Amino acid sequence: MWIYEKKLQYPVRVSKCDVKMAKYLLTQYGGPDGELSAALRYLNQRYSMPTKKAKGLLTDIGTEELAHLEMIAAMIYKLLKDVPLEVLEREGLGAHYAVHNSALFYADPNGVPWTASYIQAQGDPVSDLTEDMAAEQKARQAYEQLLQLTDDPLLKDSIRFLREREVVHFQRFGEALNDVQGFLDSKKYY
Amino acid sequence: MQSSCRKIMSELMQWSFVQYELLLYLDTHPEDRTAYQDYVNACDKVNQLKRQYEAYCGALTPCGFAPPQYPWGWIETPWPWEIDY
Repeated sequence: MWIYEKKLQYPVRVSKCDVKMAKYLLTQYGGPDGELSAALRYLNQRYSMPTKKAKGLLTDIGTEELAHLEMIAAMIYKLLKDVPLEVLEREGLGAHYAVHNSALFYADPNGVPWTASYIQAQGDPVSDLTEDMAAEQKARQAYEQLLQLTDDPLLKDSIRFLREREVVHFQRFGEALNDVQGFLDSKKYY
Repeated sequence: MQSSCRKIMSELMQWSFVQYELLLYLDTHPEDRTAYQDYVNACDKVNQLKRQYEAYCGALTPCGFAPPQYPWGWIETPWPWEIDY
């Protein structure tokens, strides 16, 4: 089970409202390599992992991704706080408003809804951990692109934190992959 | 949120980060005794700060270190996205 903690993993601060940036950040909320995809991918893959290290790591990184999802939501919430409808419309969230009003939704910046086909579960631990490593690099890349799209120093600080976490997760998944490969080799008898 | 609570929260976030970073490391390095000792210390610090925060500022989890407030305090303190950090 999971227990909710009423705190963010890292502070989320913004200098000013920014509708365009809120829209771009949706890629890390409901986009292909966003935090929702990450959490669901890892927490689902752990059931078919053969080693203790891989099961532990997928559980703990999957849980951390839920905290990142909450940070992205907090960024979007703060960037859109008290923004009048005319500004939302002018800055590109008119279509979102027509469908969702001011609600957050698991979709990418183009409005494409999140789908389970963004994630994989092949049951082969080498395939799955390799996919996870690629996903971390794609998320790292997305954060670098997002950093180029804003000049807000406070927002950049929170985005940089998330970018760094992708790098650490990539490293740990690589270690779990080595462990799994060692385990699979030890089981081969000819 | 009061500035004293913001200060404890900030320290708690820092120590929770240390704890979580070591958690992931230990998952793939279970026999690193130095990291293990650092983890024990970080956990201890996290629990101390949680105890302090919950005593003065409100619940972090519905069943935490301080007795729950009546009337129901869980829904009274601000949610993480509503706090000015």
